[in-house]
Amino acid sequence: MNEFWTFIWPLLLIAIQSLALMLGLLVFVAFILLADRKIWAAVQLRRGPNVVGPFGLLQSFADLLKFVFKEPVVPSGANKGVFLLAPFVSVLLALAAWAVIPIADGWAVADLNVGILFIFAVSSLGVYGVIMGGWASNSKYPFLGALRSAAQMVSYEVSIGFVIICVLLCVGSLNLSAIVKAQDKGIGLFGWFWLPLFPVFVIFFISALAETNRPPFDLPEAESELVAGFMVEYSSTPYMMFMLAEYVAIMTMCALTVILFLGGWLPPFPFAPFTWVPGVIWFVLKVSLVFFMFAMVKAFVPRYRYDQLMRLGWKVFLPISLVMVVVVASVLQLTGWAP
Amino acid sequence: MLAGLFFYLFAAVLVASAFMVIAARNPVHSVLFLILAFVNASGLFVLMGAEFLAMILVVVYVGAVAVLFLFVVMMLDVDFVELRQGFLQYLPVGVLIGLVVLAELFMVIGAWTIGGAAPKTITAPIPGGITNAEALGQVLYTKYVYFFQLSGLVLLVAMIGAIVLTLSHKAGVKRQDPGAQAARTPETAIAVVKVKTGEGV
Repeated sequence: MNEFWTFIWPLLLIAIQSLALMLGLLVFVAFILLADRKIWAAVQLRRGPNVVGPFGLLQSFADLLKFVFKEPVVPSGANKGVFLLAPFVSVLLALAAWAVIPIADGWAVADLNVGILFIFAVSSLGVYGVIMGGWASNSKYPFLGALRSAAQMVSYEVSIGFVIICVLLCVGSLNLSAIVKAQDKGIGLFGWFWLPLFPVFVIFFISALAETNRPPFDLPEAESELVAGFMVEYSSTPYMMFMLAEYVAIMTMCALTVILFLGGWLPPFPFAPFTWVPGVIWFVLKVSLVFFMFAMVKAFVPRYRYDQLMRLGWKVFLPISLVMVVVVASVLQLTGWAP
Repeated sequence: MLAGLFFYLFAAVLVASAFMVIAARNPVHSVLFLILAFVNASGLFVLMGAEFLAMILVVVYVGAVAVLFLFVVMMLDVDFVELRQGFLQYLPVGVLIGLVVLAELFMVIGAWTIGGAAPKTITAPIPGGITNAEALGQVLYTKYVYFFQLSGLVLLVAMIGAIVLTLSHKAGVKRQDPGAQAARTPETAIAVVKVKTGEGV
């Protein structure tokens, strides 16, 4: 019995926690997907999905069933193993990032010392699902989409890295919980990092759109030029897994924005009625707010041209974020605010 | 006990995937196995308590270097049957290199077990109560600051060299000028012309 408590129980506990987090996350993603379509429809004065369930609330679950019961088609020239591995890799990496995200004080499956680096590492791996899918399809459009996507994700990761360094300079720790706690200055939302680091916040938001292949930077799957990019040859469940990975990655970026700039689980005003609300609710509300911004951008910004996208990443964001690192570091050093 | 289990898991997958890198027929598969090997190596780093190094390994090697490998291998149109024919010819050189590495490994392990000095210097850098990144930073930016700056300079030179080699402004090629594009107004771009029927513009 002793062996059970020392060896098996910790593993079992982690498994249960991960499962609970994943279930919650997937249900949240289902409604986020619906919200995305509804917001997009509302901006264009349409109704959006409104047939399945009240207000179309069950639309995503109907889509899930539809995808699962369809036949997965593997193209005859495809590299079968890699073709089927690609969506798994995408989903696995997208979900793995959530292991370190604290959704309330102490509510993280693994509260790593290098949490932010872990997320950065896992999100930099996300490009492999796309490249593998595009290459294994053995077809022109998927391959072009995969190449575009790889170039795009690699370029925007650089500026995201520098933005993260700016925040880390103000915190003095790589731990995600420590980053949130550093924003608790007793003045509510004016103490969070979005205000002192506003230019970096804007750069991070736009880079997050590009990193997750969201419109206006959805060049890898630009319908007008590449049909559906790297997903052209995918059908049924593998396709659904790519979609799922994409939306989970978007959630990760929203959560990262909330943790780095919007105070994580902290209430926006540090007095009575707001402090009664549990942290996890504030976290979910803030993630939803950031996602609303993502969805609005999708609804009313036209798609970038590919050379403009690359220029924005390398010639605009990279120099600005690099200068911001120097500025933030010197301000912290000269004023003695450095932690 | 659990750590030991995970060590053997990571080590076994690492060795197997490293073998598959040279054994796989398809070069893209080789690169994918190389990535698996990198990820498992970072798992081993985590088990040793070097979590900062583990994450940097994934970010730099898997996130950036291996992506470029994959690009090159996918784009190249190489006849691999032809490439494999010279395999036996290179075998003696390969065996020689393998033996040298093996001998060096024995020397390292020998120094470790016989001399007894190596473990002390290895466990020394991280004092208790400090995280990995902090300990690295305290050594890197104080004691080794000149070497650190020097290595940065080496990378900068390599980067500038790559840009100089590839950057070329040809005379006859039309280039995009975003400033000029943004500065266009209807006055500079549009001309209203009265067209006479049958004559054209």
